[in-house]
Amino acid sequence: MNPAIKNPLLFALVAVLIIGTGVMQGWNSALLILNMGLISAIMALGVNLQWGFAGLFNIGVMGFVALGGLATVLISMPPVTEAWSAGGIQIILGLIAGAATITAAVFAQRRFQGRKRTFITLGVLIIGFFVYRAVFDAGVIAVEAVNPAVSGYLGGLGLPVLLAWPVGGLLAAGAAWIIGKTALGLRSDYLAIATLGIAEIIIAIMKNEDWLGRGVKNVIGLPRPVPYEIDLQQDPGFVERAISLGLDPVTASTLYTKIGYALLFTVVLLVLLWLAQKALNSPWGRMMRAIRDNEVAAEAMGKDVTARHLQIFILGSAICGIAGAMMTTLDGQLTPGTYQPLRFTFLVWVMVIVGGSGNNFGAVLGGMLIWFLWVQVEPLGLWLMNILASGLDEASPLRGQLIESAAHMRLLTMGVILLLVLRFSPRGLIPER
Amino acid sequence: MDFLNALVAFANFVFVPGLAYGAQLAIGALGVTMIYGILRFSNFAHGDTMAFGTAMTIKFTGLLLAAGITFGPLPTALLALPAGIAATCLLVLFIDWLVYQFYRDQKASPVILVIVSMGVMFVMNGVVRFVIGVRDIRFADGERFLITAREFKEMTGLNEGLAIKTTQAITVVVAFVVMALLFWFLNKTRTGKSMRAFSDNEDLALLSGINPDWVVKVTWMIVAALATTAGVLYGLDKSFKAFTYFQLLLPIFAAAIVGGLGSPLGAIAGGFVIAFSEVTITYAWKKVLVYLMPESLEPDGLVQLLSTDYKFAVSFAILIIVLLFKPTGLFKGQSV
Repeated sequence: MNPAIKNPLLFALVAVLIIGTGVMQGWNSALLILNMGLISAIMALGVNLQWGFAGLFNIGVMGFVALGGLATVLISMPPVTEAWSAGGIQIILGLIAGAATITAAVFAQRRFQGRKRTFITLGVLIIGFFVYRAVFDAGVIAVEAVNPAVSGYLGGLGLPVLLAWPVGGLLAAGAAWIIGKTALGLRSDYLAIATLGIAEIIIAIMKNEDWLGRGVKNVIGLPRPVPYEIDLQQDPGFVERAISLGLDPVTASTLYTKIGYALLFTVVLLVLLWLAQKALNSPWGRMMRAIRDNEVAAEAMGKDVTARHLQIFILGSAICGIAGAMMTTLDGQLTPGTYQPLRFTFLVWVMVIVGGSGNNFGAVLGGMLIWFLWVQVEPLGLWLMNILASGLDEASPLRGQLIESAAHMRLLTMGVILLLVLRFSPRGLIPER
Repeated sequence: MDFLNALVAFANFVFVPGLAYGAQLAIGALGVTMIYGILRFSNFAHGDTMAFGTAMTIKFTGLLLAAGITFGPLPTALLALPAGIAATCLLVLFIDWLVYQFYRDQKASPVILVIVSMGVMFVMNGVVRFVIGVRDIRFADGERFLITAREFKEMTGLNEGLAIKTTQAITVVVAFVVMALLFWFLNKTRTGKSMRAFSDNEDLALLSGINPDWVVKVTWMIVAALATTAGVLYGLDKSFKAFTYFQLLLPIFAAAIVGGLGSPLGAIAGGFVIAFSEVTITYAWKKVLVYLMPESLEPDGLVQLLSTDYKFAVSFAILIIVLLFKPTGLFKGQSV
């Protein structure tokens, strides 16, 4: 089929699916799927930038998404002044000592030669580590002792939450710079393992460093960029308008906030999509694809492959960070315990591959479509299993197992979809032009 | 006496657990390295293959126990292990026929195969959850300890006890047997030699009449056996949970890469390097140092370099250091 007809049809299909959900299961569910679908589409754009444009195999998406979430807390929560006075300065000093140690070690590496170099570097690292632990630990203990049931952390800056989205991108970009500097020279599957490991480490840090984001105690009640339902319900003007539209005020208020989020997310998605399209069709984008297709030839043409890879790795990770900050804003809470690689790394990869790697519209389509399936496969599976089990006796153990197993349908379905697309349509639904 | 106490404390908390964990990682890494050497891709489904094998073994153990069969003082799971291996063999051969063979015939690039293995990972993860659920399962039975801390103290009169769990002893013994068998197979048998030839130089091997399909099949069977064994040993020692096995992927890959991908000897060395560094860096050394240092110098804190939650960070840091200074690993591995 002509892509000019096929592509709009595919997007129309996603729209029909979401509208269908609205009609069948209620508009609140449909908007929930839409909102997370938009965020997923942004994550897919980020991964597509790395994989589709440059062929970088990053499976540490989860880590960048989580860093974006952390940025939301650091920007939008009010600072805990007690904690700052108890040990905030000391923590900062500890971190500075840690950074100074690493800088000194790198400096020693460059400055000295031979055996002297090894001894001095090791010495600096060991002494620095103990100094860092001594200063840092005391601060952490002091901060975490401050009212641990509700705070026990340093809090944020108390700035508007929307500011957290770009900051989330910056935080992810910073992490990507460090990772890229060390790991981008490696072969593709080494880079994969390296990013997988980094993501796990970022999650481990967020779970354990309670002074930073309360760890597994979670930060709840993050400020929102849209009004609270309860405020809307108490606003007579809103109630009047809702009734005039034939809606009851409670439903109307939940829909109103969700539509607010949807509009915000759509704006971000469109801006990023526009930028990504511009990049794809610019000389820079062509250079990227040239490097992806033949690194040696590109290098012979005088292109700095490692520097370009670093650049696009940072950009893609930053987009994932933005998406992570948006997601945490939507959830209204930061829960480091819920970040799982299958959901936040590998699912995004399924989105990119199914949508069409190398095509930004493909990534967006994949993000929305796969997210829809991820949500809907479970009720669908349950419905299917109920039909299968309907012939069986109520008490039969097989019936119980069939119905219980519906909960695990998601992973299986995603794997099957990925394998089918790779086999029969390896370039995805909307292939690269 | 103090020195002996310190030594026993060290053995009890660092050496014995590290040895068992290292053996488990080494067998896991052997599987990864075999796939890499012969099929030439990093298999992300390896953790889930381990989980599947263990899940099957647990099911068969249940059947054996229901039939009233136990293995005396040893865990019954060891009796069920061959059946678990057979089931895993069938599954991976089926998956290879259904999925991987197509890409091999196409001579697809390794990174495509890695993405395919991601799909297989999803499917296997789902299958394992279908089969056995997501709960934490302990399936070790029989004698719990080879020697308990109390017995050891009574025997030697030392302050510190040395406890050796049966599962730890079994792990080390089984791992040794498995490694010996594997090296015998690779070095002495005709099929093993052709596998090594295939790994070294595919074109030359094909030219000399080696049947690639047979080599691939045997590789998958060996990998299934290794993965199931590693999974069952780990599960006996700790416990079985589908998600933990998925997370084992990281230390296992770290072990295989540190040792040099494609090198079996390297995988074993890598397994122990990763295991011992994880254990030593996250262990609270106070208990050992108390015996060694004069009273005035005794440490106040726990002398734990990093909290145990950061064990991933340790395997990862070692991985990066080795890659930066010796990109092909400790034992010279391949690079595609």
